[in-house]
Amino acid sequence: METSSRVRGVALAAGRGLVVALVSLPGAVLGFTLALVSMSLIPIGIGAYTTPPVLRAVRAFADWRRVVAAEWCGVRIPPAYRPVPEGNAWTRTYALLRDPATWRDLRWLQVDMTAGFVTALLPAVLVFYPLEGLAVAGGLWRLLSEDGGYWYGFVHVTDQVSALGAGAPAAVLLVLAYRYAPSLLSAHFRLTKAVLGANQGELAERVRVLTETRRDAVDTSAAELRRIERDLHDGAQARLVAMGMDLGTVEMLMDKDPAKAKQLLAQARQSSVEALGELRELVRGIHPPVLAERGLGDAVRALALRLPVATEVTVELAGRADAPVESAAYFAVSEVLTNAVKHADARRIWIDLHHGEGRLRITVNDDGRGGAVVGAGSGLAGVERRLATFDGVLAVSSPEGGPTMVTMEIPCALS
Amino acid sequence: MRVVLAEDLFLLRDGLVRLLEAYGFEIAAAVESGPELARALAECEPDVAVVDVRLPPTHTDEGLQCALRAREARPGLPVLVLSQHVEQLYARELLADGSGGVGYLLKDRVFDAEQFVDAVRRVAAGGTAMDPQVIQQLLARRNGQDRPLGRLTPRELEVLELMAQGRSNAAIAGQLVVTERAIAKHTSNIFAKLGLEVSDDDNRRVLAVLAYLDQDR
Repeated sequence: METSSRVRGVALAAGRGLVVALVSLPGAVLGFTLALVSMSLIPIGIGAYTTPPVLRAVRAFADWRRVVAAEWCGVRIPPAYRPVPEGNAWTRTYALLRDPATWRDLRWLQVDMTAGFVTALLPAVLVFYPLEGLAVAGGLWRLLSEDGGYWYGFVHVTDQVSALGAGAPAAVLLVLAYRYAPSLLSAHFRLTKAVLGANQGELAERVRVLTETRRDAVDTSAAELRRIERDLHDGAQARLVAMGMDLGTVEMLMDKDPAKAKQLLAQARQSSVEALGELRELVRGIHPPVLAERGLGDAVRALALRLPVATEVTVELAGRADAPVESAAYFAVSEVLTNAVKHADARRIWIDLHHGEGRLRITVNDDGRGGAVVGAGSGLAGVERRLATFDGVLAVSSPEGGPTMVTMEIPCALS
Repeated sequence: MRVVLAEDLFLLRDGLVRLLEAYGFEIAAAVESGPELARALAECEPDVAVVDVRLPPTHTDEGLQCALRAREARPGLPVLVLSQHVEQLYARELLADGSGGVGYLLKDRVFDAEQFVDAVRRVAAGGTAMDPQVIQQLLARRNGQDRPLGRLTPRELEVLELMAQGRSNAAIAGQLVVTERAIAKHTSNIFAKLGLEVSDDDNRRVLAVLAYLDQDR
C-alpha cells in the first residue's frame, strides 16, 4: 500500500516534470523573445501597442506555473502584479514597465528556459531512463545493438552480459528515482518561487505597516467625528435652539411689549452671530476654507499670518496635491507651529514647502528653546501617525536649548 | 448708485438684493458665477461691486480673483468682498495696490443692515471697510512684539482699531460717544507715537494705518 502510493507519486512526478519541461522551454523562449522584441520597439511606437498583450501573455504563462506549483507540490507563489490602469496603450505600457513584477517575470523566463527546464526534466529522466536500461537488459538490446552495439550511458551493450551491465546502473538510478523524483519536482517549483515570488519579508513588513496605519487612521477619524458631533451638539445646535425660543417669545410679545420684543430680537441676532462664529471655527478644524480655496502653500501662509511670531514662509509647489494629503500636511504644520509658539517660546519661525522627486518636503525651523520629543501622547506623535497614513515620515531635531528643526516628507504627486 | 452683486447661494443673493434696494441702491446685475461676474463688471460699469469670495464653477476663490482682475483693468473700481471666513492673506492682496475703494467683510456683518450699507457706501466713495476680525488679527499679531503699539493708551488702541476698519472720525466719535474733536486729538497722538505722517485725507490715513499694522517686522 505504502509502496504502491509511492510508486504512483514517483510516476506522477515524472509525468508532471515532463509536461512542465516540454511546456516551459518553448514557452519561456517564445515569451522572452517576444517581450524583448516588443520592448525594443517601444521607441518607434509599435512596441507600445504590442507590449501590453505580450506581457499579459507572459503573466498568464507565469500564472499557470503558479497554479500547478500549488496543485502538484503545494508550493504557493502569490502573484504581486499591480493593477494595469485603464487608458491608452502608452499609459498601460508605462505602468507595466514600472511594475517590478514585470521585470521579475522576465528574469524568471530566462531561469525557466535553463535551470527550470533541467530541474523539471530531471524527475522524468530519472524514471524513464532506468526503465529503458531495464528493458535493454531484458532483451531489448537485441533490437538496439543490431548495428554493432548500443551505448547505455557509459556501458557499451553488445551481448546479454553487457546488457545486464547496463541493467545494474539502471537499477541504481531507479532506486534514486524512487527516493528523489517527487522532491526533485518540488525543487523545480521552489526554484520558480525563488525567482518569481515577491520578497516575502518585505511584503510582510509592508502589510504590518499598512495594518497599523490603517487602524490609526480609522481611530483618528472616529475620534474627530466624535469631537465634531460634540462641538455641534453643545455649540451651534444649542444656540439655534435658544434662538428659536427667543423668536417664539418675540412672536408672543410683539403686541403686548414691543420694547421687550425688540430686546429679545437683538439677543436672537447675537445668538446667530455666535453660532456662525462657532461653525466657522469648527469648519476651520475640519478643512480650512483657505486650504480648499488656495491649496497648501497659501493656507500655510495664512496660518503664518495668524501667528504672534515673525514667520517666513517659502513655497515651491508647482501644483496641488490630493486633498487628503494637503489636509494632513496642513494640520501637521499647524501642530508643529503650535508647539513652536506655545512650548518652545520661539521668536522667529521659518517654514519651507518644497516638492521634488515625488515627495512633498516640509521643514519648520524655529529659534526656540528646543527639547521637543516625539513621545507618547505628545502632539508630534499625533503628527507622525497622521503622516504615516500617507507613508509620510517625520524627523525632529531639537536639542535642549534649541534650535528645533522639524522635517516632514510625504510621497505624493502634484496636479 | 449702481451695484453689481455676485453670490452663488440663491437665498443670500435674494436677501442682499432686497436689502440694497430697500436702501436705495440700483442693482445693475445680480450674478451667481465667476464668468458671469467678469462679464457684468466689464459691461455694467457699476459704482461698486459686492462679491462673494467663493463662486462656481471651481468653488475656490474665483470671486476674489475676478475682483482683483477687474481692479487691474479699472484701477480703483470699488469692490466689497464678502466671505464666510476672513483671512489676512486676502485682505493683504486686496489692499496691495494701495488705491483704496476696497472692503472685506464677514457675511455675518450683513445682519446689521445699517452698518453694512454704510460699509458699501464707504467703499463706493473710495474708502475702506475692513472686517473687525481682520483688524483684531493684525493687532493680536503685533501685540507684545511692537513697542510703538505698546505705548498707546487703551483708548487710543480702541480708536486705532476702529480707524483701521475704515471708519471716519465722525463715525468713531459716534460709536465711542465722544466729540469728534476728542477723536481728532487721539488720532494725532496715535500717528505721532507710531511715527506716521499725518494726513487730512481720511482714506489715506486708513491705508497708512493698515500698512503699518501689516508690515513685516
